[in-house]
Formats: sequence, C-alpha cells, structure tokens
Amino acid sequence: MTRMMRALVGAVAALLLGAGPVLACGGLIGANDTVNLVRTTTLAAYDDGVEHYVTSFSFVGAGAKFGSIVPLPGVPTDVKKAGRWTLQRLLQEVQPQTVALAARAVAENGTADSAQVILKAEVDALDITVLKGGGDEVGKWATDNGFVLPPDAPEVLDFYAIRSPIFMAVRFDAERAAERNLNTGDGIPIHLTIPTDDPWVPLRILGLGKDARERIEADVFLLTPTRPELLPRKGPTYGIKASGPASPALLSDLRADRGMGWLPRDDMWLTYLEIDAAAGDLTHDLAIDASGARRPDPLDAGFGLAGVSPPADGRGFTLWWIAIGAGAAAVVLVGIDRGVVGRW
Amino acid sequence: MRRRIARLLFVAVLLPGCSGAGEETVEVALEHSRFVLERARFEVGDTVTFVIRNTDPIDHEFILGDEAVQQHHERGTEKRHGDVPGEVTVPAGGERTSTFTFTRAGTLILGCHLPGHYDYGMRTEVRVTT
Repeated sequence: MTRMMRALVGAVAALLLGAGPVLACGGLIGANDTVNLVRTTTLAAYDDGVEHYVTSFSFVGAGAKFGSIVPLPGVPTDVKKAGRWTLQRLLQEVQPQTVALAARAVAENGTADSAQVILKAEVDALDITVLKGGGDEVGKWATDNGFVLPPDAPEVLDFYAIRSPIFMAVRFDAERAAERNLNTGDGIPIHLTIPTDDPWVPLRILGLGKDARERIEADVFLLTPTRPELLPRKGPTYGIKASGPASPALLSDLRADRGMGWLPRDDMWLTYLEIDAAAGDLTHDLAIDASGARRPDPLDAGFGLAGVSPPADGRGFTLWWIAIGAGAAAVVLVGIDRGVVGRW
Repeated sequence: MRRRIARLLFVAVLLPGCSGAGEETVEVALEHSRFVLERARFEVGDTVTFVIRNTDPIDHEFILGDEAVQQHHERGTEKRHGDVPGEVTVPAGGERTSTFTFTRAGTLILGCHLPGHYDYGMRTEVRVTT
C-alpha cells in the first residue's frame, strides 16, 4: 500500500469512527483528547543521559479488556500522558503532503514468583505497571493479572529479559474508556522518561503473537544529538526514510507540546525508520550508537542470543552507548476476559 | 514376620529390574512452547510414565496420539485434560505425569492445543517400532 493510500485509509477510518478533530495539528487529534494513528508510531529520543519514549496505545473497542507488554532499556522515573501532537507532528515532518490531505479530508467531512512491581501509573483509561523480573516472572505476573499470553511469549520475554529485566505492562480499562467516550482506534499517547546509558529499540516485540507471515508495519522516529549508527545497518526489515538535522520548526513545535520542554532547541538529528517485515523475519531489535563512535553493539540488537543471527554486514563492537532506545509499542496481548482461550 | 520383611525386600530389589523392560519413566520439558523429550523412540508394548515439567509462564497441554487425535483436540472444547492416558494439561510452572502404553507401530504426534500453540509449532513426532 502506498503512503498516500495509507493516509487516505486513515482519513476514512477517522470518519467512520466519528473521532472528529477539534484541535490543532492538522485535525488529527480526537475530540476526547486521544490520537488516531494509522499504525504503531513511536518516538525514542535521547538527550543528556535520558531517554524519552513516546508512543500511543490504541483502544480496540468496548466490551473487551486488552493490553500490551513493552520491554524497556531501563527503569523509568516518570510515566505520564504525552503531549497532544508530538507523534502527529513527527509524521507530518516526514509525510507533510499526505498528512495535510488526510486532515483536509477529515475536516471536510465534519468529522512470577512474580515480577517486582516498581512503578504504577494511571493515564486516562490506561493502567500502566512497570515490572522488574526475568521472562518467567514477568510472564507469570502477566497471566496472574489477566493477560493471555500467546505461545511465543515465553521465548520473546526471555529474549528481552537477558538484556534488560524491565517491562511495561499496559491495560486498557474498558469502563474508563467508556466514560471517556473512547472509540475504536483512539489512542492514548504516553511519555516515559528513562535514564539509561544502554538503550536500544525493541522491534521483535512487534511480532509477538503474530503469524510468521503476517506483515508488521510501524513508524519509529529517533532524535539524537548526532547522526546515529544503526545495527542492522539496513536490510529487509526496515528502511530509513529520512535522516538529517531536525528542522528548527520541528523542534520548536515539539518543544511546545506538553511535557516536551526537555528537547534541545537545536542540534538534534532526526531519523525516520519505516518497519515493514514479516513477523517471522523480525527476530532482532535495533542497536543504535549516536555517540559518533559508529559502533553499535550487536548484543543490543539481540544478535548472539538464542536463534538470532547477525546480518551479513553486522559489525561486532562493544562500546559505551549513547542513543536512543526503546521503541515501539508491543502489541502483545490479547483478549483478557474475552474467552479467547476457548479451544482446548 | 521375618519372612514377610524378606519378601518385601525381595520385591523392592526386583521391581526396578522389572520396570526396565517395557515400563519406564521419561522426562519431558515444556520450554518456550516446545516439547523437549528425553527420548522420542519407543517399542510396541512399552508402558511409559511421562513426567512433564512446564517451565513456561503459560499453561500447556501434553496430548499424545495420532493425527486424528490431534485434529479432534484442535477442534475440541475440553478445558482440562488428565483422565485419559497420554493426555494431560500442565499448568504454568507445574509438573504432571501421564502414563501411556504404545500398542501399535508407527508415528504418533505430541501436541498442545491451547489456542495458537499447535499452529505455532508446539508439536513433535514420536516413533514407535516393533
């Protein structure tokens, strides 16, 4: 599907869902202070030893609880509702024409032993729990708390826990969602502040629970002090669609959003990656070195762990990490209390 | 009394030897939604007690049978197994046993039929020879 088509589909979806845009940012903000994004979109930004991770969790409809699990590169010191236009503004930066078209179309139509719990937060209809533990412990906590884990979860959780035993479990509370008049597709953006010197962007988690042939599409934005070096550098799982100094206008707009005042006024590098891969091929993460040393660590991409081979052009290094981390929302789960486990 | 104790000791010494021919214990690990068997080749007439340890944080099933048995369970609605030889549900982090007698030569399948598990690849072959 072309980018133009995606935007048009997004516009049509917004119409059908009745999430009428009422505020700024191209009209892509829902009336109930939610966001509508065509697919998973994440910002992982790093500045002064702190990673800022912004993503959105979309409501899949009333009558069912569901949730996600996201591996994190460190323990967050703060979890809060993200600004109202950060993700959309980033999309607009790399897709200015299509976003404008989508906005216009909408406007014209009016419309373990368990893991250790180390942090809990409520953000609108989201219940967020940050956990520390091994894969088994986090998995046990998840099942004890009503998450229905898919069969690949044990291996994937172990894959992450080896490098960082920190996970974020996110649940939509259907009752609170109803109180807030959330519609299917409405997303609640959240912002995590994570001090870390060893970040990475989790990609494999995007394929959790998916059939190996199912396509995974996602947008990942990186903001770093310098041009980052990535591992894998390129390949079948993602493409670098934009890379260059972040424009003053972009940085100014992002800084103006709620909770984004930490962003430097200038000298930031924007990288936009488009993930497009079969779930079975997305067996690795994204290692990043934005220190200028150009030495991303293969281990941070998951290479060298069980069943994960480095790419042909993989380069093995260990070095101190600057960079960005955490990525992309992990669409794990599944129907909680939905009777999906009905086939024995 | 002495004769009774002596008889018990005799039986205690003799039993392990008896169980080596046709009756045995085989350990099975359920790990990362896969079956890890101590051995997967048996002979007709073998009676095997499988000791199944689930190291995953999710429930699994141990269903031993031919393709028809697997398809039956793939469409089935039973929530728990345990009464039929070779069929048992093993809870997350738990251990269960199931005793099965191999009566025919051929290839059997060991599978888990919780939603998505069989399609994910949670199945393996067990060979039975004469």
